[in-house]
Amino acid sequence: MPELLVIWGPLLLAAAHIVVFTAWTVWISFTASTLMPANEFVGLRNYSSVLATRNWKIAFDNLFVFGGGFVAFTMLTGLLLAILIDQRIRGENVLRSIFLYPMAVSFVVTGVVWSWLLNPGMGIQKLVNDFGWAGFRFDWIVDREMAIWTIVLAGVWQAAGFAMALLLAGLRSVEPDLIKAAQIDGAGPVRMYTRVILPTLWPIMVAVLVILLQMAITTFDLVRALTGGGPGIATQLPALVVYDFMFQRGQIGRGAAAAVLMFLILLGVLVPHALFKYARKRRAADA
Amino acid sequence: MSALSLKGITKAFGSMPVLKGIDMEIENGEFTVLVGPSGCGKSTLLNIIAGLEPATGGTVEIGGRIVNDVAPKDRNIAMVFQTYALYPSMTVRQNITFGLECRNVPKREREAAVTRVAALLQIESLLDRKPSQLSGGQRQRVAMGRALVRDPLLFLFDEPLSNLDAKLRVEMRMEIKQLHQRIRSTNVYVTHDQIEAMTMATRIAVMHQGEVQQFADPDTVYNRPANLFVARFMGAPPMNTLPARIETAAGGVRAVVGRGETAVALPLPAAFAAQAGREVVLGLRPECIAEEDRRFGHGGERVTLELPVEMTEPTGAETIVLARLGGERALARVSPDVRLRSGDRGRFVLDMRRACLFDPGTGALIA
Ligand SMILES: Nc1ncnc2c1ncn2[C@@H]1O[C@H](COP(=O)(O)OP(=O)(O)OP(=O)(O)O)[C@@H](O)[C@H]1O
Ligand SMILES: [Mg+2]
Repeated sequence: MPELLVIWGPLLLAAAHIVVFTAWTVWISFTASTLMPANEFVGLRNYSSVLATRNWKIAFDNLFVFGGGFVAFTMLTGLLLAILIDQRIRGENVLRSIFLYPMAVSFVVTGVVWSWLLNPGMGIQKLVNDFGWAGFRFDWIVDREMAIWTIVLAGVWQAAGFAMALLLAGLRSVEPDLIKAAQIDGAGPVRMYTRVILPTLWPIMVAVLVILLQMAITTFDLVRALTGGGPGIATQLPALVVYDFMFQRGQIGRGAAAAVLMFLILLGVLVPHALFKYARKRRAADA
Repeated sequence: MSALSLKGITKAFGSMPVLKGIDMEIENGEFTVLVGPSGCGKSTLLNIIAGLEPATGGTVEIGGRIVNDVAPKDRNIAMVFQTYALYPSMTVRQNITFGLECRNVPKREREAAVTRVAALLQIESLLDRKPSQLSGGQRQRVAMGRALVRDPLLFLFDEPLSNLDAKLRVEMRMEIKQLHQRIRSTNVYVTHDQIEAMTMATRIAVMHQGEVQQFADPDTVYNRPANLFVARFMGAPPMNTLPARIETAAGGVRAVVGRGETAVALPLPAAFAAQAGREVVLGLRPECIAEEDRRFGHGGERVTLELPVEMTEPTGAETIVLARLGGERALARVSPDVRLRSGDRGRFVLDMRRACLFDPGTGALIA
C-alpha cells in the first residue's frame, strides 16, 4: 500500500489545517480579540454586534440578490449555451474553449476588466455615446440600487462557461436510444428537451447549482476588483465584511464571528445537498 | 404491395463501408429476422429503415411510399430497443402515450389506447409506476406497449431480448411470436441469436460484412444454406464442413473424405452425380451423424461407420461427440444413452440425404 501512504500524508495535513483553523476561528469569535488574538471569553457578544451592523445587514441582503441572480442566470446561460453547442454545430471545440475560457481567468482580472467596461466615462456607455446615441445611459456600477447587478453580470460572464461544460457533458451522456425513441415518437425539439433530455439531467443540475451557490457565498475578489463594495457599501458581501472587520478595522473577534456566520450559510447549502445525495443513493440501492 | 422494400441500400461511415447494397422485399404480416455476427451492420440497417440514420445510397420504401426524406415520426413505424429506452421521468402510462401526445391525439383516445395495449400485454397494474420501479421483463413489455399503441405499419426490433436472463428470454420469445400471430404485424427483428431467428421468423436474412448472404425461410436457411458462412453461422453446434471429392463408382455417387488409409467414402443421393470429379466442401449437420441404431425419417442414403471419438460433451438431452471422419473433425449428436468416452471407437450412422455441397473456392452452395 505505498501509494496510499504517500497520499495520506498531505491529505491528513490539509485536513488538519482546515479543522484546526476552523476551530481556531470559532474560538476567536467568542473572545474579545481586537487587533491581536486574545483569550478573554465574551460569549455571543461579537455575533450580536456583527448582526447589528448595517454593513452585515446589507451584505446579507445582497447575498440573496447576488446569489439568486448569479445562480439563476449562470444556470440559464450555461444551459442555453450547452443546448446550442449540443446541436453538433461546426467549430464546436473552438466555441467550447472560448466559453470555458473566462473560468480560467482570475476573478480579479474579470473584476478589473468589467469595471472598465461598466465605467460610464470610459466603457460601454461611452462607446455607444460616441457612436452617436448621446442619450444612452449604462451606469449601473455607480447606481446604489443597480450596482449589485453588475456583479451578477460579471459573475455570470465568468461562470456560465463552466456551467455549460458540465451541462454539455450531461447532455452528451444521455442514452442515444432514448433520443431515437423520442424521435420516432415524434417529439419536436422543444418537447425533446423539456420532456425527455432535461429530466434525465437534474442530478447534474443540482450539482452545478450547489457549486455555484458555494461560489456565490464565498465571492470576494470579484467584488473587491469590480466595485470594492461600493458605491458606499451598496455591493457589500459577507466575505468583504469579514475582511473589513479583520484587516481594515482590527476587530478580529467580530471578523471571526462574521466568518463563522458565513460558514453556517454555506452549511445551509451543503448539508441539504449531502442529505439529498444520500437519499438518492439509498433509493438507487433499494430499486 | 410490400410493407417494406429496400433497394440497393449502401452505408459508409467516413471511408468505411458498412452496408454494401442491401435489397429486400418484405410482405405484409411477415416476421423477418435479421441475423448476423456482431458488427455486420444489422443495427445500422434498422436505423436506416427507421430514418434515424441516412443511407449513403439506395431507396427505402415503406407501404409503397419512398421515405428516404421522411422523418422517423412520419414513417409509420415503431421501434423497440435493446436498452428499452423508456423515458425515466415518465410513468409507464406516459411512456406509452408519449407518441400519441406528440401527435396531438385527444386525451380520451389516448386513455382508450393505453387500456387496450395494457390489456394485451398484461401490464395494467404497472401503469402508474416509473421505469426504475420495473423489472427487466416488465420494462421490455412497456417498450413493446409503446410500439404497439400507435398501430404502425412496421415494427422494428433491435435485439429486444438480449438484456434478459435466459429463462425470461425464452418466455418473451414465445410471447412476441404469439403476439405476431394474433395481430399479424409486420416485424423486422434484429438479433444475433440464431435460435431466436429460427423460432420466430417467417423469413431470415443472414447478414455478414454488410451483405445479405441469404434471405429465405428458416427451413431453407437451415437445410440449404446458400454458402459456407450461413452453414457455419446457423445452427448450434454448427454444420460440419469437410473437404471431399465426388466420385462415381459401381454403387452410385460417393463423397470421399480424406486420403489414403483413413479415407471414408460416403454414398450421396443420385442427384449429385452431376458433380462427379469435383473437389467440394461437404456440409453435414451434426444431427445427421448419430448412434448406429438411429432411424432417420426416411429410407434414403445412410451409411454406418466406425469412427474414433476425440471428445464428448453431454448436454443432458443429447451428447455432442467430436469424432474423426476421414482425418477431419466432425461433430455428431447422439442419444445420451450411448456412453462413449474419448479414445473409444464408436459406431455411427450418417444420414446423407441432407448433405450439402459447397464450392471450395467461392463457398457457394452447388448441390
Ligand atoms: N456512428 C458510427 N460511426 C462509425 N462507425 C459506426 C457507427 N455506427 C456503427 N459503426 C460501425 O458500423 C459497423 C456496423 O455496426 P452495427 O451497429 O450496425 O452492427 P450490428 O450488426 O448491429 O452489431 P451488434 O450485433 O454488435 O449490435 C460496425 O463495424 C461499427 O463499428
Ligand atoms: Mg446492433
